[in-house]
Formats: sequence, structure tokens, C-alpha cells
Amino acid sequence: MFSGFMVTTWVVATVVAVVAGVVGFFVVARGSAFAAHALPLGAFSGAAAAALAGVSTLVGLVGFSVLGAVGISRLSHRARRDVATALVLVVLLGLGALFLSMTSEYAPEIYSLLFGEVIGVSTSSITPIAVLGAICVVMVAVAWRPLLLSSISPELGEVAGVSSGRMELWFLLVLAAVTAMALPVVGALLVFSLMVGPPAAARSFTSKPHVALAGSVLVAVVTVWAAIAVSYQTNWPVGFFVGIIGAGAYFVGRSWSWWVQTGRSGWRLRRGAALRDGRPRTASLRGAPAPR
Amino acid sequence: MHAAFGWLVEPGFFSSAPVRTAALVGGVAAVVSGIVGAFTVMRGQSFAGHALADVSAAGGSAAFLIGISPLLGFVGMAGLAAGGMEAVGVERARGRDLATGIVLGAGLGLAALLLYFDSTSTSTTGAAISVLFGSMFAIAPSIIPWAAGLSALVALAVLLAYRPLLLSSLDPDLAAVRGVRVRVFETLHLLALAAAVALSALTIGAILSTALLVGPGAAALRVARRPGWSLVWAAGIGLGCTWLGILLAYDSYDWPPGHRGWPVSFFIVALVFVAYVAGGIFHRVRRDRRDHRDRRGTSARQAHATAGSA
Amino acid sequence: MPDDAAQPEPAAQPEPPAPGESQPDQVLAVDRLEVRFGDRAVLDGVSFIVRAGELTGLIGSNGAGKTTLLRSILGLQVPGSGTITVAPGVRGHGASIGYVPQKIALDPDLPVRARDLVALGIDGHRLGIPLPSRSRRAMVDEVLASVGATAFADARVGHLSGGEQQRVLIAHALVRQPRLLLLDEPLANLDLRSEFEVVQLLDQLTRDRSIAVLISAHDMNPLLPVMDRIVYLAEGRAVSGTTDEVVRTEVLSELYGQHVDVIRVHDRILVAAGGGHDSGPSPDEPGVWTIGEH
Repeated sequence: MFSGFMVTTWVVATVVAVVAGVVGFFVVARGSAFAAHALPLGAFSGAAAAALAGVSTLVGLVGFSVLGAVGISRLSHRARRDVATALVLVVLLGLGALFLSMTSEYAPEIYSLLFGEVIGVSTSSITPIAVLGAICVVMVAVAWRPLLLSSISPELGEVAGVSSGRMELWFLLVLAAVTAMALPVVGALLVFSLMVGPPAAARSFTSKPHVALAGSVLVAVVTVWAAIAVSYQTNWPVGFFVGIIGAGAYFVGRSWSWWVQTGRSGWRLRRGAALRDGRPRTASLRGAPAPR
Repeated sequence: MHAAFGWLVEPGFFSSAPVRTAALVGGVAAVVSGIVGAFTVMRGQSFAGHALADVSAAGGSAAFLIGISPLLGFVGMAGLAAGGMEAVGVERARGRDLATGIVLGAGLGLAALLLYFDSTSTSTTGAAISVLFGSMFAIAPSIIPWAAGLSALVALAVLLAYRPLLLSSLDPDLAAVRGVRVRVFETLHLLALAAAVALSALTIGAILSTALLVGPGAAALRVARRPGWSLVWAAGIGLGCTWLGILLAYDSYDWPPGHRGWPVSFFIVALVFVAYVAGGIFHRVRRDRRDHRDRRGTSARQAHATAGSA
Repeated sequence: MPDDAAQPEPAAQPEPPAPGESQPDQVLAVDRLEVRFGDRAVLDGVSFIVRAGELTGLIGSNGAGKTTLLRSILGLQVPGSGTITVAPGVRGHGASIGYVPQKIALDPDLPVRARDLVALGIDGHRLGIPLPSRSRRAMVDEVLASVGATAFADARVGHLSGGEQQRVLIAHALVRQPRLLLLDEPLANLDLRSEFEVVQLLDQLTRDRSIAVLISAHDMNPLLPVMDRIVYLAEGRAVSGTTDEVVRTEVLSELYGQHVDVIRVHDRILVAAGGGHDSGPSPDEPGVWTIGEH
């Protein structure tokens, strides 16, 4: 499992998992799972357009995912975010349907672009994937503080001079880059599983942002490694294991939070009761004194 | 009369059997999607609608390849996914986006597995394409009664539950205070959604089911003044875009480059988007005119008041 | 309609100083501020001053323009005309203004602690990766202690109660030692105990740090014990001064453009829209109705 062509697979998959874990932290924090699903599907149309135009697939992927990112950002000014995302998604897919109908040599790649063919990915793809991945991570690192503040509360961000619209666009462009990078590896329909399950799981176990980020990367990498290993043995598709393990990690995290929460709220109830039992702390609770 | 229509409608349109089937099934799916979609947009559940369409389409078509009836596969898969979403708690505002994503990821993973189990590679690819984009002119006529029946059922359920469903969509807390069992209507909405998108995905593809769910609904909510009318508008816009799209797709048979016709899903999506933009413009124009009218009224009232107090 | 000549002069409000001439402890000067939305004047010539070490209440009903005024001061709303002058920060690079919004909705699962949010108040706008810094941690600890939030400094921001979140937001706003602190309806969603505690906290912070504090509220009563000055906002205009100067029947009636009654019950003040006829003020204290008089 670790020899020859599989080395490329392990390397590429790890790079994808690390980047997906980093970006996924914000996908979950911002509630942007829909965009994380929509952009890859839109990029898929870009691959069809590229085939039609005779240019490299990567150009089409990047082009259409950026187009999708900008489209969602602009349309979000007028409409709710989920409606904007849905509309951009269907328009891009509609165009994809058109391009697919015009080109006939494209058909066999569709399955791999939808579901991924990480086992057997070629060596030549390492460089563009690594470069795009590095770009993603740098984009997140550079904007870490304003992006985090804006994600917690857009209002507090605005007051600090951080435009929430600009941060949303920046984040969508990061998503576009992850999309273009991960699509050939894990496929359009599953790249977002890596960006949703692992971060959701990680944040249940820690309340510190940088630890949650590291945890998200860790869970994503472990998920991908496990998925590849089992897929190699059973020949079942990698995407199946990614989806199932991701969901499993999410449920483990949710159960842990629920368990901790039940314990803590019990403590809170006891503390609150103790305060109420005692006398009021100051006499002013009977009525406010005269104004100055 | 014939001459006037001639440039728009290619010969043979009204007599073609696939066209009739497409218009019937597509029309029925559009009306139901429009009605349910208006509520879906109100509840902010567009992602759930799309997720259900994807899962039902991919999983259902794969199940069909194994050998179950397609409608059963699609609707069953959608129902399963809807149940999963309800259990995970997708309708609650907090964490809904995440819950939908998890169910979608798991569902698509399952679909990947089912598609893999089918050994022939060509039908795998073909299945993937028809899953996403649909094959509207290749719908089996035997589906028509089932499609019509299911749509009627869903539409009836939504219309019967109209008032509590509307209230719980607009303000769940207020609805709970009024005695509406909010959880029940969450489940009802998800089931209606599952049925609507499964029906659409089976016949017209997963993309279109999302387009006909969200687009007409969102446009209608901007155009209509009263909620009841938004349902009418949504159904009407969806139906209009579908029929016009079918017409254009039929007409495009001779168009370049492939002379195979442009896909109907492209036309319908494009028309839905145009309808949405038009709805937005109409809404803004009407708002500006109303502001202008109010301003003139205010200054008239102020003039009257100062004249009266002198 | 009441005879204008018979009405007593409204209490003189202090003139805002002419632009360019500022008093030493004056932190905020708003001069003839006008903000229009379309053709509607939300703020129509509002003027007042806020001084260091003073707690000022911005009182007005919902829709009176309090949030618009606060946003204008923050620079988030561009005024039609008028000026807003804010004194520069204590340190050269420090922030002049701290802002505490009304309760913000937070995801309970968000992996961000109270102290992380406060730390973002220091450098949330800076690009690049922050390196762990002892001085930054000390700043955060100090401000959390001053608002009484040390007990829940490591709790998730989404798990905080209304009162706890309020304290953390105040700490977030104060961490860069601004000269002016703006709070938008801080008491609106609090229970009585938390309301009392927050009011006491704000009073203490105003005195200890000598900052200018401007609190917007639709009910002035919880603030009466601690409020030094009041800016009463209605119909797009404002009257400012001490509570006794401003909250009087004739002053507010002129502001509203219709008769309103100012009623004092024990130590509470009630401003009631006029019932129609005007029986005249009580002979002992002009401008104030006392219940039980007739």
C-alpha cells in the first residue's frame, strides 16, 4: 500500500486534507457549508468549459470557481446568502449542462471529477496542488485575525474597520482555491465533506481557536488516511469512507459536547440556586435612589 | 395565427409525444416545487432542498441500477435523507447549515458506493450525467400518473397546512405561542420538500429541482404583496419558465454547434434566473414609487398641519 | 392649543462650544448633526457634548434615531451635514472610541473563548499571524478583571448568559483604553439583577478610568442613579443637560411638538403622551406633575 504510485496518492491526499482542515475551520465557523458544496459543483462546469475551449482543465476549474465566488458575493448584497448560493450554483450548472452537450470527448472524466480518483493520481499533479494549497493557507494566515473577528460578529468587525463584505469575498476566494485544488483528488461532491465533518468534530473538543484549527487539520488528515487505507483494501470508493468517517467524527463531537454540557448545566443550576437562596446583595434592589 | 406562431414554435412541437410528456411531468414538478419552494426560501432552507435533491438523485439512480423502481428509489432515498436531517436537527437555525452538510456528505458517499456496485462503467457515467442534468425528453410516459399523483398529494398537504406552516416559517416562536406544534410542521416541510425534489430530480435532474425550488420561490417573495399570492406567483413563474424552456429546447434542435439541440435544463435555469432578476427590479421600482408617493403625502400633511395651527 | 406666551421658558441648555474652541475634558462634540434617509430626516440638527469622567444617557424611544446617532459617531453612517468631533486617543496609536453593541447572536459551538474575543479587541484588524505575547495576555487579563469577567474568561462566547456577554463586550471595547465608550441599549435584554450590576459597573468604569460614556436606552429609569447628563432624543431633535433640566413637561412638550406629561412616582420618571387638554403645571414645582395632586 505504501510503494510506488501510492506514494503520490498519500502525499497529495495529505496536502488536500491539511488545506481542507484549515479552510474548513472557517466554513463551519461562518456557516458556509452550502458555498463549500456549491463552488466545487460550479467548478465542475468550468472543467467542461475548458474541454470545449481546448485549454487545461485547471484553468477552467479555477476560472469557474472564482466566478462562482464573486457571483455569490455580489448576489449576497441583494438576496439572502443561501438563496444567492443556490442561484449561482444552478446558473453555473446550467452552463455546464450546455457545455457538456456541445462536447463529446468529455464524458469519461465526469465520474472522476464528481467522485474523485485519488488512488492513481499522477505525479505531475503534485506541483499545482501544492502551489494552490500553499496559496490557500497563506490567504487564511494573512487574514486570520480580521476573518476570525468578522466570523464571530460582523458588527464588531465593522466597528474595528473590517468590512464584512470584503472578508466574505476573501473567504469565498479561498474556497475557490481549495475547490480547484481538491477537485481532481477527492471530487466535486466530496471535497466539502472534508471541510465540514473534521472541523465540526474538532470544535467540540476545544474552545481555543488555534487548537480547534489544528484539530480540524488533524481530523481531516486522519480521515483521509483511513479512507485511503480501507479503500485500498476493499476497492470501495474513497469518497464513501470520507463521507461516512466525516459524519462519524461529527457525531462523536456532538455527543461529547452534549455530555459535557449536561454536566456543566447541572453545575450552573446548583450555583444559581445558591445565589437566589441568599439575601439580595444590596438594598438598592428595592428601588433606585433619587437621581443626581 | 399560424404565421405569428411560426417563428417561435418549430413544426411538430404540439404533436410530439416526448414534448407532451415533458410538459406534463415538468409542469407538474414545477408547480409543486414552486409551492413548496416558497416556504423553503422563507425558512432559509435552500441548502437542505439542494442537498435532498443531490442525495435522492444520486442514491436513487444508483438504487435503480441495482434494480428497484426509479420513483421508489428517488423518493425513498429522499425520505431517508429527510428523516436523517430531521433527526440531526436541520430545521433549527443553529447548526442547520452544518447538519445539512453532514447528511449530504454521508448521502453522497453512500451514492458513490452504490454507483460503484454497478459494474458497467458507461452506465456509471451515464447515470451520473442524468442524475445531475436530467433527461427531460426521455421520460417514460408510465411515470406520468405517479408524478401527477404524488404532486397532487404534496400540494394538497401543503395547502391544507397553509396557515400553521406559514406562521411557523415566518416566526417559529410566535407560532409556538399560538399553539402550533412547530416540530410537526418542520417535519411536514422536510417531507414535502423531499417529495418535491425527488420528483423533480427523477424527471428533470438535480440541478433543475434546485432551480425550480429556489428561483421561483425567491422571485415570488419579492413580487407578491401577500403570502398567499407568493405561492401562486411561485407556481406560475416555475410553470412558465419550464414550458418556455421546453419550447426553446425543442426549437434549438437545429442550432449549432452539435445540431442535437441545447439542453432543456440550460434554458429553464436561464429563464428562472431572468425571472428572479426581473422580480428584483420590479420590487425596487415599486418600492421607489411608493416612497415617492409617501414623501409627497407627508409634505402635504405637514403643510396642512402648519396651516391649521397658525 | 396652549397659549405660547403663558408657557415658562424651557430650562436653558448649555451651548455647545463653537467649532475650534474645545474644553479640556471634552471628548465628544456633536454639532448640528443632520442625517437623512431618503427624504426623511432621522436626525435634524442634534447638538451635545460628552465629557471625560461623565456618564451620559442617550434617551429616546425605539426609532428615535439613537442607533443612527451612534453609528454616525463611529463613522459607519455618513451625515448630511453637521460635525462630530472626537478627541484623539490616549496613546498616539490607541483607539478613540470603544463600542458595545446590543446583544449579538453567537453560535454556542464556536471555539472562541471570552478572552479570545477580548484579545481581538486589541488587534482584530491587523493582518498577519499573531505571535503569543505576554503583554497582550496581561492587557486582556487586566480588562477582564476590571469588568468582573475573570470567572468566565475561558468559557465559550456562545455559552455566556446575557449579563456575562455584556461584560465581555464591554471588556472588548475597553481593552485599547479608548477615551469614549458607546453602548447601544446595553440593558435591553437583561434581567433586573444583571441590569443593576451592569449599571454599577459602567458607573465605576467611568469614574476609575475617567472615560466619557454614552449609553443609549429607551428607558431612563435604570440609569437615573448614575447618569450625569442626559441627551433626550425625539422627533429628530435633542435636548441635553442634567435630568432635572431636561426631563420637564414644557421642555419635552416643545421637543415632541405635542403635549407630554412628565410624571414622577417615588424615584421613577414616566414620560406619557398627552391626553389632550392641559390643566397646567403644579404650583410648587413648575414643569413636574406629582401623582395625587388632584
